[in-house]
Amino acid sequence: MSVRASILAVLTLGECHGYQLRQEIESRTGGSWQINIGQIYSTLERLERDGLLESVGSNGQGQTRYRVTPSGSVEAEEWLTTAIPSSPEARNELAMKLALAVTIPGCDVEKLVHAQRVQTMRNLQALTATKRDVDQNDPAELPWLLVADLNIFNCEAELRWLEHIEGTLARTAARGLNPNQTLSEPAKRGRPTKAN
Amino acid sequence: MSKVLLELIDVQKTYGTGENEVHALRGASLQVKAGELVAIMGASGSGKSTLLTIAGGLEVPTTGDVRIIDNSLPTLKPAQLATLRRQTIGYVFQDFNLIPSLTVIENVALPLELDGVKVRKARKAALDALESMDIGELADRFPDEISGGQRQRVAIARSFVGPRQVLLADEPTGALDSKTSEAVIRALRKRIDAGIAGVLVTHDAKLAAWADRILVIRDGQIVEEISNTITPEQFGA
Repeated sequence: MSVRASILAVLTLGECHGYQLRQEIESRTGGSWQINIGQIYSTLERLERDGLLESVGSNGQGQTRYRVTPSGSVEAEEWLTTAIPSSPEARNELAMKLALAVTIPGCDVEKLVHAQRVQTMRNLQALTATKRDVDQNDPAELPWLLVADLNIFNCEAELRWLEHIEGTLARTAARGLNPNQTLSEPAKRGRPTKAN
Repeated sequence: MSKVLLELIDVQKTYGTGENEVHALRGASLQVKAGELVAIMGASGSGKSTLLTIAGGLEVPTTGDVRIIDNSLPTLKPAQLATLRRQTIGYVFQDFNLIPSLTVIENVALPLELDGVKVRKARKAALDALESMDIGELADRFPDEISGGQRQRVAIARSFVGPRQVLLADEPTGALDSKTSEAVIRALRKRIDAGIAGVLVTHDAKLAAWADRILVIRDGQIVEEISNTITPEQFGA
């Protein structure tokens, strides 16, 4: 799962320190993605080294604040609107990405869902094409067929889920509900937010 | 390069007039070659079934052209169109449309016999078609004596019996379970591979994935074409 891109995406909303970033990502993904604070700090170091963000000094509590650079903004925008390869493992990343994307003002979530649907449909097509060429009566092919079918049904499930999401997004927009979130007041250092 | 057997050129279809005017198709174009299967996907009311009925000459486009093997359908006289439909185009529907009082082989041979082909010759062609669907042994049964999947395979055999070159299917596996659906689409695909042009309308992604190209239709327009351009290795299948 891309901690790196998620940090950049949240920083497009304003300056944050490391602990605050962890809170923001957690709350924006419905509490379903908990990142080790050590991983946040090491990722921030790498991002700074790569010129995607810069530190802007410390606050009164000695916490370093970061802001995204123009190239960091571009990377965040690209990540938020690009499909990811289909696989059961990847689907969780997609769910986190979508959850985060709906909270970022101006993010084109429809574009992401659409790109993902096309990508998944292509995967399904490629899997089916391979299955087409397999001799169903050859017992040596059976293990492969079982796995191929799992992937095929996973692709189908993902497509149905994406179609459902499209409907949910459209209904939400029609009701005028806006899930966009500005940055929250950071909680006190070292104390994790409790789930309500 | 395979020959284009079916072509829709900027087809528009409007129902009703004035306030009740509905634009079912707003300029759809499509080419299907011999040996090619094209799937049409879209939500209910997107125009996908209208596109299929126009492709098959069951409805006339408001504007635009439909060409099947060098014939422009809108310019044909009704009798010519009926002949072309019977001899060239096969349809497969969700609900099979088999005649219950006729045996399987009689159902399959019927379109040929209506066309004046001698009974013995028509039955021979029907048996060939059934055997290519691996259901030759069902020839003398009645539709209510066989399963849903077998009935649909009979319907597919009927759709391409004789010299037909264009196969149009509207949700052909809609009433079937997953395993039977796969047997049916596999049989249909085999027939297409033998040199027929096919159009498959479906909302089922697993089924559409058997096509060479998938066209997505929305509000009467083809908005997307998805082709099989990546290999399974690229995503770790």
